[in-house]
Amino acid sequence: MNEAPLYLLREHNVAARRIGDELMIMSAKDSALFSLNETAAILWEAADGNTALADIVARGICPLFDIDADTALRDARETAEGLAKHGILQLSPHPFGSAS
Amino acid sequence: MSRLMHEMGTRALQLGIPLSVQLDLTYRCNERCVHCYLDHEDHGEMNTAEILGLLDQMAAAGVFFLNISGGEIFMRQDLFQIVEYARKLQFSVKLKTNAVMIRAAKARRIAELGVDSVQISLYSHDAVTQDEITKLPGSFKRTIEGARFLRDAGVKVTFANVLMKQNADHYKQVQALADDMGVGYTVDATITPMMDGDRSILNLNMDEQRLSGIMRDRSLLGDQADNMLAPPSGPTPLEEAYKTLPCSAGHTACYVSPYGDVYPCVQFPYKVGSVRESRFIDIWRDSPQLNEVRAIRVSDLQGCSSCVHGSSCTRCPGLAYLEGNMRGPSIQDCEKSYARTGVPSKNLQQKKLRTIPLALAP
Repeated sequence: MNEAPLYLLREHNVAARRIGDELMIMSAKDSALFSLNETAAILWEAADGNTALADIVARGICPLFDIDADTALRDARETAEGLAKHGILQLSPHPFGSAS
Repeated sequence: MSRLMHEMGTRALQLGIPLSVQLDLTYRCNERCVHCYLDHEDHGEMNTAEILGLLDQMAAAGVFFLNISGGEIFMRQDLFQIVEYARKLQFSVKLKTNAVMIRAAKARRIAELGVDSVQISLYSHDAVTQDEITKLPGSFKRTIEGARFLRDAGVKVTFANVLMKQNADHYKQVQALADDMGVGYTVDATITPMMDGDRSILNLNMDEQRLSGIMRDRSLLGDQADNMLAPPSGPTPLEEAYKTLPCSAGHTACYVSPYGDVYPCVQFPYKVGSVRESRFIDIWRDSPQLNEVRAIRVSDLQGCSSCVHGSSCTRCPGLAYLEGNMRGPSIQDCEKSYARTGVPSKNLQQKKLRTIPLALAP
């Protein structure tokens, strides 16, 4: 699979804390609260704006789950898009540079 | 409360995590509100480094909701340094202020920092009444302007309307003003004793009739109206009472004063430790005083455990402590239950019996 690169950046107006094994996220925009599953939490924590999604998946997700790289990347992209829709992440085909 | 919020609270309780902390940065204030429970002299506030260090400790302990309050928080020159650091540590930050010192630039800065919301004390829609309560001429104008600056910058704002004799009849107009301005509104109909135990300001509390009108106002109760106005459902069943916690104070929440003293709650002035002497997490886990508070169950509450108001009671353990016994009733809350339902609590009945003079035989 040869998809366009995708870079993730955490939104700045978001609060986050691990409560036990769940990562809780609250958006200051509308005080909406989210509980991220393990995969989403890995994406959120690695979303520095400069690491490509494919690298995050290869280093952070594939070693943890018994899943092939293409499927993992496809699922991760879907998850990232979902987080972006809720205003938790920003997505870009280019690195965010010093914004992180 | 959302399901997710409830689940997070339950998980924090199970794991012993202090989910929510109120941190007062100062007791100094630019207003001198007639009902205020604080001593406004500075008796040795934590400096910037102490506060930033404390924020590190609280983040590591799992604190998520950080309410930054005072006094007036803008009396601290380092306020933005503190808020910026708190946001860097990814706390959900709420600010409490009178907004008198907030102009457009400060409002924009608060928005940029991703502060969740700002709660502003507002006592009346009427400038004269507001200024008489705050003892600061021009405070109404400045507070409303501050609220507008924040709203226009995109910050969520809520007016906190503390009611007493002077302004008990103004709350509808304050509510309407909040609606007009597109900001939130919350009401508090209780004047509490000063933190040093001085109860003289309690004479500012409104009369029973006004309290009853406010406690039964459906527009203030929201989706809890049916539940809160229903006749008392009877005592908490014994099995439940053995397990039920009186409130979150000391269980998933606590309060830190500007001097680094830790309490179960801002309304519960029972000192459980000092972050100037011990690490925050050590106080949270091991303080004998905090563990004493945590051990209390509804079944331990004298009178309350068999009171008809049972599960609908809003008893505050801090007010009970200020009345002399953290395992006892809070008569102020008994009065609220009575105002809401017209049914006296067990403790209120006993209190009235005690105050009826004995009939003298002729």
